[in-house]
Amino acid sequence: MTTTVNEPAARQTAAAALPRLLPAAPEDLRAHLARYGPTPYRGQAGLLIGDLEASGLTGRGGAGFPVYRKLAIVAQARGRKVVVANGAESEPASRKDEVLLRAAPNLVLDGLQLAAEATGATEAHLYTHHGATPEILRALAERAAAGLDPVTVTITQAPPRFLAGQESALVNRLGGGPARPTFQPPRVTEHGLHGAPTLVQNVETLAHIALIARYGPRWFRAVGTSAEPGSMLTTVYQPDGKCRVIETEIGAPLNTLLTSAPQAQAWLVGGYHGTWLPLPQAAALTLDNGTLRKYGAAVGAGVLAALPSDRCGLAEAARVVRYLAAESAGQCGPCLNGLPRIAAALAELAGPRPRRPVRADVERWAGLVEGRGACHHPDGTVRFVRSALTVFAPELSRHEKGQCSSTNRTPFLPLPHTTLQNGIPTSEDDWT
Amino acid sequence: MAATKEAKEAKEAKATGETLVVNPIDCTGHGVCAELLPELIHVDEWGYPIVDPRPVPPELVREARRAVAACPALALKLMRR
Repeated sequence: MTTTVNEPAARQTAAAALPRLLPAAPEDLRAHLARYGPTPYRGQAGLLIGDLEASGLTGRGGAGFPVYRKLAIVAQARGRKVVVANGAESEPASRKDEVLLRAAPNLVLDGLQLAAEATGATEAHLYTHHGATPEILRALAERAAAGLDPVTVTITQAPPRFLAGQESALVNRLGGGPARPTFQPPRVTEHGLHGAPTLVQNVETLAHIALIARYGPRWFRAVGTSAEPGSMLTTVYQPDGKCRVIETEIGAPLNTLLTSAPQAQAWLVGGYHGTWLPLPQAAALTLDNGTLRKYGAAVGAGVLAALPSDRCGLAEAARVVRYLAAESAGQCGPCLNGLPRIAAALAELAGPRPRRPVRADVERWAGLVEGRGACHHPDGTVRFVRSALTVFAPELSRHEKGQCSSTNRTPFLPLPHTTLQNGIPTSEDDWT
Repeated sequence: MAATKEAKEAKEAKATGETLVVNPIDCTGHGVCAELLPELIHVDEWGYPIVDPRPVPPELVREARRAVAACPALALKLMRR
């Protein structure tokens, strides 16, 4: 492959090591400039988009769409254009965007300015779960003082809802409305904020753009697989409940990130729109969509969890699905009607002696909601539900006999309300 | 005259490959579409339409346009894929 950027050999070797995105300690602008130098503006749109195409970078927000294509669509449009750094991180189990924005805000802001230059956008937004944090305000102030940012960045706080980071919901929120998805087409790249073509990229994606602009596509491809190059941030939950944000090579063996049997009974890959995988079979898999796709899974936004062996997988799944049903925007009939029914059925399956038809009801409702929403909320929920019922099928048989293998009823997977009632069992865990 | 118009519409659909699409946010589950076009649309157990994702066959294009025009929520569309 050919690249258009000079890549000094020494720097290339040094930069190929991980982590690429996360410094050991948060870096202010002075430390950022000492490490990376100034924002490498190209002065011309096409060069960066060509480099992004050659790099093979895909979106790190969950959907995994090729980054250069969205940039190219917005770049080709005429008139006023908008770029948005999406750090809504509305998945309750994900922490990686928050950690990145705290540790390396200047990398994200470099990427946002470079995306604005590459697309010809004159308006830039940063949309985050925590709003204007001291780290972000400081970075923006230091950059303004240094005259680094041609485009002013407006900060908007995302509401704490699961769908708040969905592209069309984000555009609605920035436009002053509720953070609810709209029906597409038209895509936000064609008709976004106040009608302007809008580029929405996850904050981690923008940080990768800032590095590709400096070191080039060949450097980027030095880690990862040929089909899915580069590194990615993951949020990893071990069976002991500890959570860490880890930058890893795409294609890394999952068992280098997650504890396997006997301490763990199953892995959740891709978060709450993701897929349960059984152990020990999953222990041989790698963290890339090419591999995971064969098992109905995807890397998503990099949330990985190893469910400890002392918990009830069905109770965990029921808790999450109750949350997902409550997080439906309530706009589409099938999602509005189907998700609460699926959640109630799962709660019954998580309890003792569920009625016989309930399992078949879930399957029928899953089929009725799939592919019938304006956004992918029903599809992701169904993926989570179906994989839970497959992986935890032996547990379901026990529940049918009035038994449960769990010895620990403390909720494991993080949810917004369970963090408030730390350690107190939820109703699904109540067997009396 | 009607036959000519029908033939023209059929030719159009064949050429454009139009399919029926529901905007699920706008849809209120009125169900008139399924009554007018049972060949391509049926309702689920909550009253919301499930449409055949394949291109509308030429002989049903006229009925499809009627169903689109009759939707009280303007949620049913004929779109080129």
